[in-house]
Amino acid sequence: MSQPTGPASQGHAHKQPAPPPDLMDVTLTINGSRKTLRVAPWTSLLDALRLHLDMTGTKKGCDHGQCGACTVLVDGRRINSCLTLAVMAEGRTVTTIEGLASGDALHPLQEAFVEHDAFQCGYCTPGQICSAVGMLEEGHARTDDDIRELMSGNLCRCGAYPNIVAAIRQVMDSQAQKDGGKP
Amino acid sequence: MRAFSYDRPDSVDAALRGVANQPGTTTEAAVKFVAGGTNLLDLMKADVMRPDRLVDISRLNLDKIEEVDGGGLRLGALARNSDTAYDARVQARYPMLSKAILAGASAQLRNMATNGGNLLQRTRCYYFYDTGTPCNKREPGTGCGALTGVNRIHAILGASDHCIAVHPSDMCVALAALEAIVRVTGPKGERTIPFADFHRLPGDTPHIDSTLAADELITAIDLPAKGFAEHSTYLKVRDRASYAFALVSVAAALELDGQTIRTARLALGGVAHKPWRDPAAEAELAGKPASLENFREASRVLLRDAKGQSHNAFKIGLAERAIVRALAEAAGVEHP
Repeated sequence: MSQPTGPASQGHAHKQPAPPPDLMDVTLTINGSRKTLRVAPWTSLLDALRLHLDMTGTKKGCDHGQCGACTVLVDGRRINSCLTLAVMAEGRTVTTIEGLASGDALHPLQEAFVEHDAFQCGYCTPGQICSAVGMLEEGHARTDDDIRELMSGNLCRCGAYPNIVAAIRQVMDSQAQKDGGKP
Repeated sequence: MRAFSYDRPDSVDAALRGVANQPGTTTEAAVKFVAGGTNLLDLMKADVMRPDRLVDISRLNLDKIEEVDGGGLRLGALARNSDTAYDARVQARYPMLSKAILAGASAQLRNMATNGGNLLQRTRCYYFYDTGTPCNKREPGTGCGALTGVNRIHAILGASDHCIAVHPSDMCVALAALEAIVRVTGPKGERTIPFADFHRLPGDTPHIDSTLAADELITAIDLPAKGFAEHSTYLKVRDRASYAFALVSVAAALELDGQTIRTARLALGGVAHKPWRDPAAEAELAGKPASLENFREASRVLLRDAKGQSHNAFKIGLAERAIVRALAEAAGVEHP
């Protein structure tokens, strides 16, 4: 197949392919540990976690920001790690599913997911839980419908949605009680 | 993804030097700014966009939301969509905009995506994404796969024989209704672009989405003082309850004297290559009572030149009903 010649490719027209750009050093704090990696500029944060750091808790589902399996927290905010570059996360603090428990004590959301059987195959679960941590931190959910709306970036092909909502609801309610009943 | 080089300049001037001397519009540029990355990196993975170099602007000091003289609000180009939608001033004074932003994408994507990037996101036309098919937007002169293909999500207004793609943004529909101003900077200094002139219709150059030059940077979006907070809404009709692009969306804003319409603003999403506004439809409402009958008449005026493709003629009736419902909700008029 011939090379496309549209404007998006104009930088490539009539010249030899450029040599691959240099690898770059990136320093991140991941689950409390400082890590320095050497990556190509086009390495996604997701691939850096899974392939460079062997942290395979964060899952690759669609790799296009549509399924949410790759959700992690960067500086405390939930994002799709497949749609950001590792080099863009320089100096940031990253929390993955591996960083939520304290030793053997599970994070309340991890416990609630177990208690409510909020998964079947479990592939989407790390993303669901990281997303729920971010959602509770954002503090905009009040009702079950809010949870459904604000978790819509996390798909579950097993259809465990009712139990996922119940698990998140339980943690949301217990946090609200701890905060003195404030929403 | 194809190989590219990456740079993260620490000032707007340095960022502009990074894209200097590129001809044409930003859509055609070989060196691209990246901020949220949610659309650009996706398109690079699909091999639809193939920049040589990315200039990361995400840490530049353009992420504030500030008051401007005259009662408006300046949305920094690098403020995140979520921070903009939940900003207390945006919620109180521009609720239609807040609602529109929250109707788009997912919470994760809104946490990443910036305001400037939202304006520059590209169509979700299947043929644009599929490099195995012709697409005049992706590869000019190859033809349009959608014209004779599957075109359920495509345009009913302002399309051409070269392209029937639609602009995917929700935020931009509200910004069009609010008559926001896009502030940009480039080698010749700053300039402002009225929102209606920022995006363009496809004509015979559908590969160009906007009037932003390849060597320019969006710095902010100015919201005029008039926010229509009392009588406005954003209505989005889509195939799923959440996390889907609009089949049709309506930003409706009214100023009322009692039950009489003083001013009306209407912008439609999901129907054209840009957020669609029609002065004739808005004029149709001015001075008239806020009634379902008058809303219906305005919708008929707005859709007078609408043309369905093989799979999307349903959008014309859908848009008509969505306009009536949105105007009724904005006006507080009972509707079926």
